Amino acid sequence: MSIRIDPELVPAPDDGVRRKSGRRRHPLRPAWDEEPSRAGVTVKATVLVVVVLTVVFPLYTILLTSLSTRDSTIRAGGMMVWPDELTWGAYSTILGGGIVTRAMLVSIGVTAVGTLISTAVSVLAAYGLSRTGSLLHRPILFVFLITMFFGAGLIPTYLLVSTLGLIDSYWALILPGAVSAFNILILRNFFQGIDAGILDAARIDGAGDWRILWTIVLPMSKAATAVIALFYGVGYWNAFFNAMLYINDNTKWPLQLVLRSYVLQGASLPGSQDMGDVASGATTGLPVQMAVVVLAVLPIVLVYPFVQKHFTKGVIAGAIKG
Amino acid sequence: MTLTSERRRSVGDTQSHRPVPARRHVPLRVRMRRDSALLVMVAPAVVLLAIFAYVPMAGNVIAWQFYSPYTGFFNSPWVGWDNFERVLNNPQFLDAVQNTLAITAFQLVFFFPIPIALALLLNSVLSPRVRMTIQSIVYLPHFFSWVLVVTVFQQIFGGAGLVNQFLRSNGYAGFDLMTNPDTFLGLVTMQAVWKDAGWGIIIFLAAISTVSNEHYEAAVMDGANRWRRMWHITLPAMRPVIILLLILRLGDSLTVGFEQLILQRGAVGAEVAEVIDTFVYYQGVIYTDWSFAAAAGLMKGVVSLVLVLGANKLAHVFGESGVYKRA
Repeated sequence: MSIRIDPELVPAPDDGVRRKSGRRRHPLRPAWDEEPSRAGVTVKATVLVVVVLTVVFPLYTILLTSLSTRDSTIRAGGMMVWPDELTWGAYSTILGGGIVTRAMLVSIGVTAVGTLISTAVSVLAAYGLSRTGSLLHRPILFVFLITMFFGAGLIPTYLLVSTLGLIDSYWALILPGAVSAFNILILRNFFQGIDAGILDAARIDGAGDWRILWTIVLPMSKAATAVIALFYGVGYWNAFFNAMLYINDNTKWPLQLVLRSYVLQGASLPGSQDMGDVASGATTGLPVQMAVVVLAVLPIVLVYPFVQKHFTKGVIAGAIKG
Repeated sequence: MTLTSERRRSVGDTQSHRPVPARRHVPLRVRMRRDSALLVMVAPAVVLLAIFAYVPMAGNVIAWQFYSPYTGFFNSPWVGWDNFERVLNNPQFLDAVQNTLAITAFQLVFFFPIPIALALLLNSVLSPRVRMTIQSIVYLPHFFSWVLVVTVFQQIFGGAGLVNQFLRSNGYAGFDLMTNPDTFLGLVTMQAVWKDAGWGIIIFLAAISTVSNEHYEAAVMDGANRWRRMWHITLPAMRPVIILLLILRLGDSLTVGFEQLILQRGAVGAEVAEVIDTFVYYQGVIYTDWSFAAAAGLMKGVVSLVLVLGANKLAHVFGESGVYKRA
């Protein structure tokens, strides 16, 4: 990550502002900004550290517990705070075939296919709607907008999905929420921000809309497209309610449902060696449960750093301009 | 070669110095050929929305029927407004409405200010590297599923969680926050804060970043200390966003975290955890009283729509651009 320092923010060496004795001035502090008091800095730092810890600490104990042996979690009385006897045992248990492995594959498959479909459909629609004044432009835009304000409701949607025979089909996890008008409008906004001159030049050179989208618009809006794809991807990966509604067959469960049944509700994990052990309170060993949690977080934590820097732009473009 | 109509008009305008009619008529056939690619591009999204958003909207007719999956949409008998009357006379539904509003109100008071405070605090961190790092960590939980968030809370605050583990090993009595109806409002708010407060920061930070340094400099010349600068410059700069989000939240007040509540309804009981959405789910999908549940859902949808449109109107009154701009 490269950091640019705004030259305006760097004060001249002799800025004439009174400083408290003995401390070096922060190089980024504007000349007019007075030095904060020591107590102020301490309070601020404490609050920020606590805030960061509330996120980091639970993730840390979960990861640590998943890497521990069941005996050490029983000795510790539950979640691990200090490392003791680390092992990959829990992971080899759940990834050695069985319901968690299958759920993982289902989640990966649904996320991959769903994200691909959603992103492709959204990019196309966003470009199709980005030229004001084209045929049917306003009515189609209106059709999209209405879905943002009025949802059809759970019951009719459920009945439709079951009428279409999609119960227990992976398509039920993808199709009902495949496109979001909101994401399309964010992308459309972004596309409209592209200088019209470039597009006109391409048109004069004989490029049609397909070619313009593929060779000019898409390469210029990689960041926005990546953010939208991530939004869809995270949505598919995290989808729990649709799976709960439409997937009754537990061999077809995605990871989130496995997480709910075997970790949150503590049902015993079929096919795991820990089955039948009720001593620790949870029927499946705690490390195994926490390993499932880690698997559910892992893809998000892995992809996140790459797309994270584009969020602010994408979110603001969508939220403020709308 | 295809040109958009605007482009064509502006070219014509500069060449001939005659006034051009406001809208040049382009024959339908020409427009169809010109824009056919665009129409094809929009088609998949329109088809998906037509099937999965508009067909169910029409499917709401079962709210006026005595629907049964055996008779279907077309042969179920019509019953007029009976289902709506049943919903409005149902004490459980009224409880659910009450719980929904209680949770919304609670979150408005205890959740809403936190991202604003955090944004102000983060903004005062000088080092961009530290600021970005904290920001990235804090908004990570936004991308976690509700199952995960509830699981994490259970491991920390549940009967066998870390806090109880610590309390018991130090000789105190344990407590189970996850199954206690009395503290449920606080619990769901805490979860919402943990999950989404960091995400909320983004918009407020963006609003702060629009303030030019000259304002602060001028304020310093006038003798304003940092608190007065925050009060008189930073906060007014955030005001439009704060008002907009507040109004939108009010408009959305009948919708509180569906997944969050359905996951915890079993543990704390319907008494406090039943909201309108979970009520609809249980009445419809679990007890298969389809028409009754559809009527409840439809009422919620219509009231929500009115609230959102009203909120948007209110935003316009306050001079904000709202969710959509007035045409």
